[in-house]
Amino acid sequence: MEVTITVNGAAQTVDVEPRELLVHVIREELGLTGTHIGCDTTSCGACTVLLDGTPVKSCTVFGVQADGRSITTVEGLGAGGLSPMQEAFKQEHGLQCGFCTPGMMLVGTALLEQNPDPTDDEVRWAISGNICRCTGYINIVAAIRAAAAAQSQPPAAASA
Amino acid sequence: MLPSAFEYHRPSTLEEALALLAEHGEDAKVLAGGQSLIPLMKLRFAAPEHLVDVNRIEGLDGIEERDGSLRIGALVRHNHLAASDVIAKYPTIAAAAPQIADPIVRNLGTIGGSLSHADPAGDLGSVMLALGASVILRKAGGEREVPIGEFLLDTFQTSIQPDEMLTEIRVPTPSAGSGGTYLKMERKVGDFATVGAAIFVQMANGTIGSAGIGLTSVGLKNLKATTAEAALAGATPGDDAFAEAGRLAAEAAEPVTDVRGSEAYKRHVVDVYVRRGLARAVEMARG
Repeated sequence: MEVTITVNGAAQTVDVEPRELLVHVIREELGLTGTHIGCDTTSCGACTVLLDGTPVKSCTVFGVQADGRSITTVEGLGAGGLSPMQEAFKQEHGLQCGFCTPGMMLVGTALLEQNPDPTDDEVRWAISGNICRCTGYINIVAAIRAAAAAQSQPPAAASA
Repeated sequence: MLPSAFEYHRPSTLEEALALLAEHGEDAKVLAGGQSLIPLMKLRFAAPEHLVDVNRIEGLDGIEERDGSLRIGALVRHNHLAASDVIAKYPTIAAAAPQIADPIVRNLGTIGGSLSHADPAGDLGSVMLALGASVILRKAGGEREVPIGEFLLDTFQTSIQPDEMLTEIRVPTPSAGSGGTYLKMERKVGDFATVGAAIFVQMANGTIGSAGIGLTSVGLKNLKATTAEAALAGATPGDDAFAEAGRLAAEAAEPVTDVRGSEAYKRHVVDVYVRRGLARAVEMARG
């Protein structure tokens, strides 16, 4: 079945079986391997992408369901550089192995769209569908808070 | 693992969806949020030959009070339910909705899908039992209203017919002097409930007029604690009444020892949660 999905801003047409999960379409058909398969039981959130801006577990959505809709993967976060969220994860050491990180950053990005200045508890609530085996979550929360703070600053003047 | 192959249908109207269900009957499953169905299909515990994706159908995601009841469209997503201002008047639902699964699953999971899936570990089944709700089942020829207790039959089994689709949930609008809550024990966010208790209380002239208690994960289906409810009808609210209700609810529960806890432990949690939930509900009702 032919489906057209807007992926990180660009329309992509792929021919997929209905039973192919969105995560497989993203990784195999589109070659975007930043979205990860962690558990196969809809538990870990490593496969999280934004579907029309809303976090979904792409291992629990069929690719054909995204027909005519838009998705954002981790590859779509920075426009030719690092997004404020990615910069914050880098600065705050919000990752170790990096496996959960795309999902965490996408959920964090979606959170700040809804709530630009979340508390630690609100961040923890938002990422409670994403599991990290490395960090203990402390720096992930700090990174999302730092991204919120950075986004609330007026743009820096160009340095001389 | 990959699901087995199926034919995918994406009707744009309810009429089209019902026609597909009428045509394919037992060989078809409705795909709403998919957050319970797709995991089952990935494990190949479910292998429908036809999937009817109803997500593009409009008009099934409203939440409104009308004619004495709250009408919730089957496609209302859990997060939408949790954020709804209208739901604040239904504290049992308001307490339960944010605790379903995890925030990402709640973006897609629907109330219609959850109730149709009829997992005894599903939170909303217990909530609807406590609230005396009913479901609207539609087919190409018409529709019928089924009380939730007659809809939830057994583990993953409801009284829905192969050519029917659940389109709406109706909850009686409570009178003033009512309260409720949902208490859920889980090892971590997203795990199935170890034990869940949905509580609703309607006060009447200072005594408990009626109470609703629905229990999650302690039986082959969501359980209505009818003996506890009967003991509460007309009772003076207080520790004695709550303790008796907790005892009866724990006795009526049918928990199984598993990784989440022993049978005895789960019974104990039922007792505690029913007592605690009733106290909160009464306090809210007296508000």
